[in-house]
Amino acid sequence: MRAKNSIIQNIDWVLFWTFTALVLMGWFNIYAATYNEEHQSIFDMSQSYGKQVIWIVTSYAMIWVVMMLDPRFFTRLAYPIYGFCMLLLVGVLFFGTEIKGAKSWYTLGSFSFQPSEIAKYGTALALTFYLSNLGKKFQGFFTRVKAFLILILPAALIMLQPDTGSVLVYAAFIFVMYREGLSGNILLFGLAAAALFVLALLLNNTTFELPFNLVINGHVTMIIVIGIICLTLYYLFQKVKGIRIALAAVFIFIAGYIYLVDFAFNNVLKPHQQARINELLGIQSDPTGAGYNVHQSMIAIGSGGTFGKGFLQGTQTKFNFVPEQSTDFIFCTVGEEWGFMGSLVVIVLFLVMLFRIIILAERQRSKFSRIYGYCVASIFFFHLAINIGMTIGLAPVIGIPLPFFSYGGSSLWAFTILLFTFIKMDSERMHILS
Amino acid sequence: MNPFEDRKFVILGIFFTVCLIFVGRLFYIQVVDESYELSANNQALRRVPQYPVRGLVYDRHGQLLVYNEAAYDLMVIPRQVGVIDTASFCELLGIVDTTFDNKMAKAKKFSRYKASVFEKQIPADQWAEISEKLYQYPGFYGEKRTLRKYPESVAANILGYISEVNPSDLDKDSYYRMGDYVGKLGLEKEYEKELRGVRGVRVQMVDVHNRVKGSFSDGEYDTLPISGENLISTIDRDLQVYGEKLMQNKRGSIVAIEPKTGEILAMITAPSYDPNLLVGRPRNENYKALQANDSLNPLFNRAINAQYRPGSIFKIVQSLVALDEGVITENTRFHCNRGIINCHGSHSYDDLVGAIQHSCNPYFWNVYKKLVQRGKYDNIFRDAAYGVDIWQRRVKQFGFGVELKTDLPNIKKGLVPGVEYYNRWYGERRWAFSTIYSNSIGEGEMLVVPIQMANLAAIIANKGYFYTPHLIKSIGRDSVKRTEFTTKNETDVDAKYFEPVTEAMYKVVNEAGGTARRARIDSIIVCGKTGTVQNDKWPDHSVFIAFAPMDDPKIAIAVYVEYSDFGGTWAAPIASLMIEQYLTGEIKRLDKEKRITDAIFLDIYEGKK
Repeated sequence: MRAKNSIIQNIDWVLFWTFTALVLMGWFNIYAATYNEEHQSIFDMSQSYGKQVIWIVTSYAMIWVVMMLDPRFFTRLAYPIYGFCMLLLVGVLFFGTEIKGAKSWYTLGSFSFQPSEIAKYGTALALTFYLSNLGKKFQGFFTRVKAFLILILPAALIMLQPDTGSVLVYAAFIFVMYREGLSGNILLFGLAAAALFVLALLLNNTTFELPFNLVINGHVTMIIVIGIICLTLYYLFQKVKGIRIALAAVFIFIAGYIYLVDFAFNNVLKPHQQARINELLGIQSDPTGAGYNVHQSMIAIGSGGTFGKGFLQGTQTKFNFVPEQSTDFIFCTVGEEWGFMGSLVVIVLFLVMLFRIIILAERQRSKFSRIYGYCVASIFFFHLAINIGMTIGLAPVIGIPLPFFSYGGSSLWAFTILLFTFIKMDSERMHILS
Repeated sequence: MNPFEDRKFVILGIFFTVCLIFVGRLFYIQVVDESYELSANNQALRRVPQYPVRGLVYDRHGQLLVYNEAAYDLMVIPRQVGVIDTASFCELLGIVDTTFDNKMAKAKKFSRYKASVFEKQIPADQWAEISEKLYQYPGFYGEKRTLRKYPESVAANILGYISEVNPSDLDKDSYYRMGDYVGKLGLEKEYEKELRGVRGVRVQMVDVHNRVKGSFSDGEYDTLPISGENLISTIDRDLQVYGEKLMQNKRGSIVAIEPKTGEILAMITAPSYDPNLLVGRPRNENYKALQANDSLNPLFNRAINAQYRPGSIFKIVQSLVALDEGVITENTRFHCNRGIINCHGSHSYDDLVGAIQHSCNPYFWNVYKKLVQRGKYDNIFRDAAYGVDIWQRRVKQFGFGVELKTDLPNIKKGLVPGVEYYNRWYGERRWAFSTIYSNSIGEGEMLVVPIQMANLAAIIANKGYFYTPHLIKSIGRDSVKRTEFTTKNETDVDAKYFEPVTEAMYKVVNEAGGTARRARIDSIIVCGKTGTVQNDKWPDHSVFIAFAPMDDPKIAIAVYVEYSDFGGTWAAPIASLMIEQYLTGEIKRLDKEKRITDAIFLDIYEGKK
């Protein structure tokens, strides 16, 4: 009894109530998004909002279970849980049900389960366990490769389903590794690579006319410009040792990368993915085709105005103009029915949650708890950024849910367990030292 | 303590920055940019018009001339149409298989989810049969509309018709929307704004498939339609019916006016058509058929649009102008010199009354000469211009040569030739009385419209003034009458000059030797004047104007029968029967009536009109 009381005393109520607020808001918005005159009760089990009640109630049951566990459970079982998740991911490739071209779901009667959601949890535990058991620093080539391998295994398995959105989530762990000592240059390098990627695509079909009837395409222009920059740098820093080789390497690398982008874009990405990226970058505009989702989503959100149309008064989401309105595009309902104010509240709640997790993580005495906290925050942030960014046309359309909001049992359970495992660790922080 | 702890600021900074960008973006698309709201409304809201009931038209005694009858549009929602027995469905509708396929394809092209019109304006009686069996055909349903209906099938050219708006109507008046009906002719056009009412609107929400999802904001933005105003016409429906019967198988026009008010009691143009033909499904087909019938031109309202030479009835105007201008007195006599202009009947040296009674052409040749050549200038050309100018102005005061601002659109004004007209034809100072003398007896260049002739009869009955002839005496619930119809128009001819004219017109009808003995009615004193407008090779136009009773005129009338015979032979008895019908409510002279209804004057003489 004493232990139980201390759990309740030590639980972080800020996170608990933020979580509860988001879950309930999500539920009301799912109700509004799929509201149906014939099934007016929010508890109608034939409708998604009725089913969401089950997921919410079971989530609270899981919170109870997680809070009751011995804190050592997570460290002891980090790898076994990871292994179990990987088995689920392998299994789904053989026994899964194909929905919309991807084998991502186990189905048992009317119940279906998406293992990639819980795999994030397993991966977070495994990575945390691995990093927390290293020496003082996260250094050495092989150490890093091993850490990346922990991430790449589930990512590769999910890629086979294929579910590109869920794969990309694993990129979020870069924040965790950065916090644990991975060079900041890697972040900058990633940013530069992304910028070059975008630039290369934007210039792909552009040509420049020069005097003397010379016409050169965008890529050649880019390479010429980079060449000129390299030469200028060489001129400025010619006294620095090895500058010649370094600049030559950079130049060759960038030139190669530009053509690689082209190749990768055309041969690796699927046509619909190419189209979505082209839409986002404004290279093409097709509001009825590839751009339909984003176009409709922005109309829904934009039409909400400052204070929104009011609960159940939205037209764009309720009447199916916005696709996937209860799952990936749930934020449209917030934007349409609650307006800018409602959207602001949701974003602020998420920001409060993220900040709170980071602050709590930094107060952990245990390295395991701290790293795990960063894992949770990074995953939430990635989902938030991509999901909301997608609905307002700032990110490509990648089908990943908005934590606690989007309809679906698997994701709600996974996010709940992710969060409350951390809350449990935090509540036990006085007892965990490792 | 921890070597990389500061990095939390970088990570928190990234979290914060991304959220800030989102908030900024949301602020822009939700608060600043309003185009999204417009797009949303365009997509999700449908404004469904609620059609008002078009106003009815009654005659002067409260009998209906036009009313609305329920009709049904058969609507279809292609997606809901299952496997149906097409053959029996086509039989039910009275269409063929290929028509069905075409209509279905058209509906599907419009929308598979949204209703479109499959078959328009099915009359109520036919609909009764269809609706009984409609349950067998899912996806089809009826929507109530109204059709104009004419209980007596008369006055088609007065009432006009309505039809669906065309692009130019849409440009002219922003009130209209595609699919609206608008008055195109006649009273329907003239009183369109009063008759149409005000359309209401129901704002509905639709989903992505255009399915109606209910009322927007619980109907906060909905408006109810306001019915159109009813009109009370000046027409006497029974008289109109009788007039159209008399004019069957003839070409021409009858216009009857109540002199004291200018109210048009009947306006007949012949040949006419059944207004019910231009309603509903067979409208287009019937309209084409009527248009194709161009020799008889049933869509042409002769009462206001046909411009004829007036013939001898114009001698009355010449008399009144000459008396008032002082160029003759009622005692002035002229020899019937048939050397200058032909004449008929036995008379030789009439005074004014006699000349009108006998319709003496040389007499009015002289009268007109005195009006034109006033002796003001020595130069006869200059003198003629001076005289014609005064004459034209005086004649126009009788409503000739000007548009009578009645309440029918597209009225013709006829022609009273003046100085400018003859200068254009002959050149300045190159014409004089000898050039234009045909006007003296209403031949020549003069052109008048039947409504103007009836108006002349009203002026004589009123002894000098008229109210603009009109067809609507009361508009709507507030019983409004247009002010221009209650304004007296003066001819400025002294009332005393009407005495000899009236006396002559009495004699024309009632005395031996009068040209319109056929117009006589035992119980009613009719005053009239015949006209016979000559057509060189063909039968003459028969013309007659009259008013009755003489002491307290209740009806003034003009009858014009094309290509028939003397004015006294056809136009006079027709006018007489009309007067009898209007004043006594019945016809006692059935033999006379039979003579008229049996007469046929439809031979084509001219080329295409």
